[in-house]
Amino acid sequence: MSNTPSTHDATGPVIKRPTRWHIVVFLLPAFIVYSAVMILPLVETLRLSLFNTVDGQSTFVGLGNFKVLFGDERWAHDFWNALKNNFIFFVIHMLVQNPMGVALAAMLSLPKLRFASFYRTAIFLPTLLSFVIVGFIWKLILSPIWGVSPFLLDVVGLKSLFSPWLGKPGSALIAVSLISVWQYVGIPMMLIYAALLNIPEEVIEAAECDGVTGWSQFWKIKLPLILPAIGIISILTFVGNFNAFDLIYTVQGALAGPDGSTDILGTLLYRTFFGFQLQLGDRSMGATIATVMFLIILAGVSLYLFVIQRRMRRYQF
Amino acid sequence: MTRTAIKGLLLATSILGTAGFAQAADVTLTVESWRNDDLAIWQEKIIPAFEAKNPGIKVVFAPTAPTEYNAALNAKLDAGSAGDLITCRPFDASLELFKKGHLASLNDLPGMENFSPVAKSAWTTDDGATTFCVPMASVIHGFIYNKDAFDTLGISVPTTEAEFFAALDKIKAEGSYIPMAMGTKDLWEAATMGYQNIGPTYWKGEEGRAALIKGEQKLTDDAWVEPYRVLAKWKDYLGDGFEAQTYPDSQNLFTLGRAAIYPAGSWEIGLFNTQAQFKMGAFPPPVKNAGDTCYISDHNDIGVGLNPKGANPEAAKKFLSFVSSPEFADIYANSLPGFFSLNSTAVKMADPLAQEFVSWREKCKPTIRSTYQILSRGTPNLENETWTESANVINGTDTPEVAGEKLQKGLDSWYKPAK
Repeated sequence: MSNTPSTHDATGPVIKRPTRWHIVVFLLPAFIVYSAVMILPLVETLRLSLFNTVDGQSTFVGLGNFKVLFGDERWAHDFWNALKNNFIFFVIHMLVQNPMGVALAAMLSLPKLRFASFYRTAIFLPTLLSFVIVGFIWKLILSPIWGVSPFLLDVVGLKSLFSPWLGKPGSALIAVSLISVWQYVGIPMMLIYAALLNIPEEVIEAAECDGVTGWSQFWKIKLPLILPAIGIISILTFVGNFNAFDLIYTVQGALAGPDGSTDILGTLLYRTFFGFQLQLGDRSMGATIATVMFLIILAGVSLYLFVIQRRMRRYQF
Repeated sequence: MTRTAIKGLLLATSILGTAGFAQAADVTLTVESWRNDDLAIWQEKIIPAFEAKNPGIKVVFAPTAPTEYNAALNAKLDAGSAGDLITCRPFDASLELFKKGHLASLNDLPGMENFSPVAKSAWTTDDGATTFCVPMASVIHGFIYNKDAFDTLGISVPTTEAEFFAALDKIKAEGSYIPMAMGTKDLWEAATMGYQNIGPTYWKGEEGRAALIKGEQKLTDDAWVEPYRVLAKWKDYLGDGFEAQTYPDSQNLFTLGRAAIYPAGSWEIGLFNTQAQFKMGAFPPPVKNAGDTCYISDHNDIGVGLNPKGANPEAAKKFLSFVSSPEFADIYANSLPGFFSLNSTAVKMADPLAQEFVSWREKCKPTIRSTYQILSRGTPNLENETWTESANVINGTDTPEVAGEKLQKGLDSWYKPAK
């Protein structure tokens, strides 16, 4: 401790730097806008989840709303059902969308492939479509009455395989998940494609010199190099899936039928917060569900940032 | 969106135009409404009829987009700028306005005696003491059928449950028509066109509905489970893949002539008349045994109330009395076939299909949808749960008994009937 003043002295008189106001000024607009449209509503939502209407007055109830959400049989049933469905929704994306994205990107980056840019555009195009259009198109494709899918199956004599997938509790969630995969598979494809293009030629050439070609080249050289991109995609998928709402709402409606089998956190939140049909909106319980969603996503992202990403090996070229 | 925006602009200009013109008259009444589809009927038929009889009073019909109506009306009422007359949504939305003092009591309005208690139920306080809107229109449930199909197959119109299923069997056996056009994908079709359509026959209409609200009956009682048992039998007569069939699909299946029977609400009449190329008929929900009293769902949809803070209460009351008159009933019901006047005086309808629907009022006892009054105020919402369970029963996901139990359990969790 006694050393401190002397070291301080050793540097000589402190040069008084002018306050760098421009940093504050340049940051301010973004800060204000971000606070106003992101931070403030978030804080307000978190606050609202601690309040409820008692005798017509908004009253602080502490964790009372959470107690109702997890303690009340009906609320808990709806919530866990939504969480379970949401988890399945996410798992299907991870198992189908992302591996498919990687596979498509790998195929696109093959130098011998013709019409690569056409495929790239075609596969990416659904991502640009509105979910309303996607939902409508797929509802029509899968319609047992006018749909093209029963017709096509009939043509190849497999009509018996068709069933009204969107209307059956067992298959509706899978069907909706796959529609979502169809729409968004372009995003992992593009990100992985970019990552694959970033791998320097020398690395590939060196691998070829060592006799690593074809499949083993993909598994041993390319895949490790694109792992960070896959990590990013996974976390994007996670956040996107646990915030999902729009496609389910357009395809299955706000009640997310049949029998609540496609109800995910987003639709549960919508029904609770805004109400539906004769059900009046309950802002406090809605905010409570929103808070839980926020915490789930926060937990997932933290897990990724602090546990997985730190262990991931990166390669510098 | 653009279309509604343009509509809104057009509307605004027309209203502003008429408002400016109307200023010359002694008194101007403004009617707040969400029925912008009805603008022409009001301007061309209803308002001239009223003004001819009441010189010195001008009426302006000022509708808002349906989805914005509740919010816009509340804002206007709070600011004190709302019109003299307010179109009332049924049940809780209007009751809320009455409680806040935005709607006046209309108990002593001349003309109110023209309405039955069922007609007034949607705009009456829970204790039944005060009515605050004049009932204007309702929709009736029943079955619309393809007359040509019935004739070629030699089926007569079924009146009992057994005849109904016999007819369905016959259509199915013959094979050229889907017996019944209904899907469960949108859930509400199963509940509204299914459960609430045939249900009143089993729970005896108002009797059962009142007993349910009082807590004397439960949704697990036979009277409430029986309609589910019947619904479960419908499954075999619906089209292929009915689980994924949506409401527009059902409408199209019927109007394209591919299905023989359509469980309907009377609001379909207008559309079906323009789209169907074949003769149509209608029959009320079949009764259990021949000779039983029939019950129909005659569900209140639109009413008109008085804004107590309006500038011209006397003129407004005159208008409300006009709305409660048989003359108004006649104009309104004939301009909008399928939206029936709730007036006790029978209205002669020009449209044969609409006439068929409205004629049931004379032989059947009317009731409203069981879940609408009081019972859908809490969470879980009984109406929404009924949607899900009705679809479940038809899909075979739940048995009728399980459905009844689930609904009653949900209702019990928040509803304590007044003792």
